Amino acid sequence: MPDLLIELFSEEIPARMQARAADDLRRLMTDGLVEAGLTYAGAAAFSTPRRLTLAVEGLLDECPAVTEERRGPRTDAPEKAIEGFQRSAGVAREDLEIRDDKKGQVYIARITRPGRPAADIVAEVLEQVVRNFPWPKSMRWGAGSLRWVRPLHSVLCILTNSAGEAHVVPLEIDGLRAGDTTEGHRFMGTGRFAVTGYEDYAARLRRDKVMLDPAERARHILQEAENLAFAAGMELVADDGLLAEVAGLVEWPVALMGEIGQEFMELPAEVLQTSMREHQKFFSVRNPKTGRIERFITVANIETADHGATILAGNGKVLAARLSDARFFWLNDLRVARAGMGPWLEQLGSVTFERQLGSQAARIARIRALARDLGPLVGADADQADEAARVAKADLSSEMVYEFPELQGVMGSYYAREAGLPDAVAVACAEHYAPLGPSDAVPVAPVSVAVALADKLDTLTGFWAIDQRPTGSKDPFALRRAALGVIRIVLENGLQLKLDRHVDAQLLRHKIALNARKASEGEIDTLEEILREVAERGVFGAAFRAVIDRIGRGDGAPDTGEGSLLRSIGDLVPDLSTDLLAFLHDRLKVYLRDEGLRHDVIDACLELDGGDDLALIVARARALQEVLTTEDGENLVQGFKRANNILTQAEERDGVEYSYGADVKFAEGPEEKALFAALDAAEGAIAKAVEAEDFTAAMAAMAALRAPIDAFFEAVQVNTDNAVVRRNRLNLLSRIRMICLQAADLSKLEG
Amino acid sequence: MAQNQEKPRSFQDVILRLQSYWAAQGCAMLQPYDMEVGAGTFHPATTLRSLGLRPWAAAYVQPSRRPTDGRYGENPNRLQHYYQYQVLIKPSPPGLQELYLGSLEAIGIDLRLHDVRFVEDDWESPTLGAWGLGWEVWCDGMEVSQFTYFQQVGGHDCAPVSGELTYGLERLAMYVLGADHVMDMPFNDPNTPIPLSYGDVFRQAEEEYSRYNFDVANTDVLFKQFEEAEAECAAILGNPVDDPKTGKRIVMAQPAYDQCIKASHIFNLLDARGVISPTERQAYIGRVRALAKQCADAFVQTEAGGWAA
Repeated sequence: MPDLLIELFSEEIPARMQARAADDLRRLMTDGLVEAGLTYAGAAAFSTPRRLTLAVEGLLDECPAVTEERRGPRTDAPEKAIEGFQRSAGVAREDLEIRDDKKGQVYIARITRPGRPAADIVAEVLEQVVRNFPWPKSMRWGAGSLRWVRPLHSVLCILTNSAGEAHVVPLEIDGLRAGDTTEGHRFMGTGRFAVTGYEDYAARLRRDKVMLDPAERARHILQEAENLAFAAGMELVADDGLLAEVAGLVEWPVALMGEIGQEFMELPAEVLQTSMREHQKFFSVRNPKTGRIERFITVANIETADHGATILAGNGKVLAARLSDARFFWLNDLRVARAGMGPWLEQLGSVTFERQLGSQAARIARIRALARDLGPLVGADADQADEAARVAKADLSSEMVYEFPELQGVMGSYYAREAGLPDAVAVACAEHYAPLGPSDAVPVAPVSVAVALADKLDTLTGFWAIDQRPTGSKDPFALRRAALGVIRIVLENGLQLKLDRHVDAQLLRHKIALNARKASEGEIDTLEEILREVAERGVFGAAFRAVIDRIGRGDGAPDTGEGSLLRSIGDLVPDLSTDLLAFLHDRLKVYLRDEGLRHDVIDACLELDGGDDLALIVARARALQEVLTTEDGENLVQGFKRANNILTQAEERDGVEYSYGADVKFAEGPEEKALFAALDAAEGAIAKAVEAEDFTAAMAAMAALRAPIDAFFEAVQVNTDNAVVRRNRLNLLSRIRMICLQAADLSKLEG
Repeated sequence: MAQNQEKPRSFQDVILRLQSYWAAQGCAMLQPYDMEVGAGTFHPATTLRSLGLRPWAAAYVQPSRRPTDGRYGENPNRLQHYYQYQVLIKPSPPGLQELYLGSLEAIGIDLRLHDVRFVEDDWESPTLGAWGLGWEVWCDGMEVSQFTYFQQVGGHDCAPVSGELTYGLERLAMYVLGADHVMDMPFNDPNTPIPLSYGDVFRQAEEEYSRYNFDVANTDVLFKQFEEAEAECAAILGNPVDDPKTGKRIVMAQPAYDQCIKASHIFNLLDARGVISPTERQAYIGRVRALAKQCADAFVQTEAGGWAA
């Protein structure tokens, strides 16, 4: 049984793609071999920056011959049909078998496909794999049309028999002829050499300074780095992502440790780490005594006569240049920060956030207003929330953030402290962007929560106000992420927040800004007045009408008639608000699905009172899902649906709405009377429980209706000939619907 | 590979050695393009010549301007005006990496003593509508070159593929010469009667341009110039290809491309002035790209771009 060795030798493969590529090579090759009938005992794949390698053990010498039978026409079929069958099966008439069948005698052809040697199959499969390799990005080079991640230079492909003799698999892909040679390290290797099998290959590579296995390289780097740090009385700052990347950048890792200049010790640790990791791929080394990052470890790809002295000196120099750049930014920034950050904030006035939505400064003004509203509701001081919103984005004008955008917020925090602002404000500068992804932590400090919510709601309402909602896969402004952020901040902090009024207010702020040019002074004043009224009344419609009524009586009042600016805004804001809330509900469903809450259960809880209170929706949905697992709950849904169907059909047929006036005096049997009594009891109980936001109790009270409803349907025919009794019963069914609707809209449930 | 006996002694020596190395490899030694560009890639000898079927091999120095990188001459290795060395060979030869490493040896880098690595860096020029795959080449952790196989330029697939090498000359030379601050680097031979440092030549200019770029450049004028260059580019290409005066077919891809270069530089200046927001940035980049695309479309209609009557 031969072993197979394949090496695809190319120019440097990006580190981040290597592991996946080695795995793809193994999977695609072995799948292809097995599919062609060539089974194997074991396979392993490896990668270095310049090669992908696959070793397959215990391959079959050849795929076995396969015989299959094919059923043909009956023996008395027309001659043409029999000839056709012979042709397609490639079998002579005398070789056809005749067999008895249910329908009579039929011809059977036995077709034998001979076995094929492993080399043929390997060549065929490898060519397919190379030509269709799933690189995340591939390229052409020179004048050829073959695609690979970088120019492919050689293909090693040998089968080694049990006697240890290697045979090159005959294969040529776009002029690249497979052979049995490879080369070692780019600078420490000794040129090309031939190999006879995997063991020989791995050993020869090691001699030519290539560690084939990436896991071994990573272990080696980690161990060397820890030893270096330990020997200096320090500790390595763990960074698995960096370790994997660095292991993919070298064939022969050599860790070297250097010192960070004293003059850079004043820089924030985040700046040091970011600069070293992003630019240099250095590990950070911390001094446990000072808590500071004082050294770096770089991993070279070569052993040198001076034991890396030149390399380390060069790396140190590059780092010093990078850090002196960072220090230049930091010192410049500190001057501005300590003077209160005025120029930064001013500069944000000339930076456009979005063409229609205006400058960053205008955006900050809106976020401040909302943060001030939200502050007290989330336990923050309104002034502090306002102050935090004012400075939270100041660092966008700073030089450090211009250089390292990923440090936005973190730098803001440092600068706010330097500006002498309270700790809560400084913390909010860093935290108000959170959460950035599904696994990112949400802010919990009240001031941070207020600004984080205000920031995200302002973005959402803004893009809604200019009609730039996400569509399909297009979400250039990351509005889905913003919505998820709002949801997670609210839920994970257990905030009970009526979002409606804040969404309305912020939409109105956007509309005021968007219409600032074309609106008259009177119109703007009116809109501002409505904004104040919303804050007091909490409902946009009522506030709008109140203000319109008030000014309608005055002289020289702005136009509020049909088609006027005020009227159109008055009409539009509630629509946008409803639509945005629906978007939040959609995101909520996605989020809760991961928590195991059914989407239809959430649907059943959305369009009720408090649909803009996310925490309330979730509490309700959890209680509902819980009750649905009980027998009563499950059956209640059936009873409810039955009642609902009968009622809906009757309403459609009769063209009336049965919504009021069920009277126990028309009730006939004990089951019907019992249902009246049960509904009376449930109505009060559910209302009380909902009022107290005790949804478990509300759902229990609702589930208690199951028995009387079932009994009712068992005993009573709703559509009787007696019109009075029928109407009474339909009105009774309507009561079931209305009473249950206090707890949840069961009609939304599936199944 | 030719091993140089002596290390280079000045900035210009590094340049001269690169020139003679690439001349020996058969490249045409071109001169810088006479316009303000952000990188050597903008030179028509790269952008336009990477299009079409015709083989090409050229190398040149290109003064490049990146207004946002100005540091008043104080930063040890950041400059708003610097030099790039650019090599473009089409089709890319199979041993381009070795050729490149040979050029490092030619300027005195001992490959057995240093750590030279090819680190993934896919090149993309959103303003040129161009991209390629390749690496930044590190020498002891310092990026000394950009190495790219062009895949697309101006929205056109590159076939054959050009191999492009870009050396950041100051950084590379500083490293080879052991200078810690760019301004201290010898520009000419330090043993000549009038030795000049890089600072003697450029420090004052760096200071002046830093102030101008960051705080003084008239943004109203720049915005206007941007629009003008954009309009002129379209206007040039709007002409019929047949010249009524000479009766010849003359496409004018390069004059139009000059306007594209101009718009790109003005955009960079506006960016340095901090008057373009992240969202607007995309729009401006898109506008320059549209120009580059039109110029590329025009170039492939020319003889040099492979057009045949």
